[in-house]
Amino acid sequence: MIARPLRTLSSLVAVLLATACTNSFEIPIETPIRPKLDVAAFQRVLVAGFIAGGTEDVDGNLETTRLLRSQLRTKSQLRVIDSDVLPLVDVASEGRDSGGAATTPPPIKEEKDLEAYEHVFANVEYWKKIGEEYQQPLIVTGTVMFTPLQRNSIVQREQEVYDSFGRRRVVPVRTYMERKGFSLDGRFIFIDGRSGATLHSESFGEQILYNANQTTPALSSYFELMDRLIPTFLSTLSSQKIKGTRILLQ
Amino acid sequence: MRTAAVPLVLFLLTLVSVPLQADARSDAKKQVEFGIAVAQRGLWREAIYRWERAAQIDPSYAPAHNNLAIAYEHEGDLAKARAAYERALELEPGNALIKQNYELFREINDRTTAKNTQ
Repeated sequence: MIARPLRTLSSLVAVLLATACTNSFEIPIETPIRPKLDVAAFQRVLVAGFIAGGTEDVDGNLETTRLLRSQLRTKSQLRVIDSDVLPLVDVASEGRDSGGAATTPPPIKEEKDLEAYEHVFANVEYWKKIGEEYQQPLIVTGTVMFTPLQRNSIVQREQEVYDSFGRRRVVPVRTYMERKGFSLDGRFIFIDGRSGATLHSESFGEQILYNANQTTPALSSYFELMDRLIPTFLSTLSSQKIKGTRILLQ
Repeated sequence: MRTAAVPLVLFLLTLVSVPLQADARSDAKKQVEFGIAVAQRGLWREAIYRWERAAQIDPSYAPAHNNLAIAYEHEGDLAKARAAYERALELEPGNALIKQNYELFREINDRTTAKNTQ
């Protein structure tokens, strides 16, 4: 635990020493990152909907669709199509139960429950039909699993101690702690609205843990986790600029 | 007689080549300095030209490669930036500033290349 701060400190000292010996100049740079997907052929994007599961406190399909649409509206060149969110779980169930009586799809509680629905993403005819309906846009869909987490582990925290002279010190203490939070896992799938074929897919996974006595609403945890994923999602479709500083040497 | 002349010739050659190397380094330094001045004014293309010249004049001058790497990074040419950083580190493996620049570059580069593409 102490190794990391020590490493940081020693590298800082090394940098300071090197700076003292060399003529160096800090300079701000902006690194442009090209999008992973060439979307030049599309003018419009349809965030169709997601197969979502996990906790019932957050509607993963609705919230993810809403959030991605609003992000794309402000941070991409593509025109975002406003439409009803597709109930993909129902669509996938219909495809599977064709000919039989309509049944309520089983709830998606774990990641393995998603497997029963994932065939919908490979249904080229279905996506082509959706594409025709919305003038052949780029279609964004995928899976979202937002599940509660509970983890008991040893964590390091700081504790105040007083010595025999009454002097206060803060020391790191390792304690066994019950922590809870959420995990957000899934896949973004990008489909060509002209052919119905998948162009690109990208998996994601993020976790957040809090002290067990801390009450954090599921929805705010969901947004916190999505905040971490948004830059990766956007970098698939549009170019980004990452700001930073570097050291020029003489 | 002829054998005795060989060390003398080698000595003379060394004497001649040392100032030549020093000249190359000082020319490269001038190009690097100019490159820094223009980069600080946002003229990155001109800076690249200057640092490329410096690297040509004195290929063993690590700051030229380090600065080129930064400029390529700024231009979004990540493959060239990586190659230039690696060359700079090859020349000066212990240089903490080059290492720091390279670490920051790798953070961005890994983020953009780490993807699960179908």
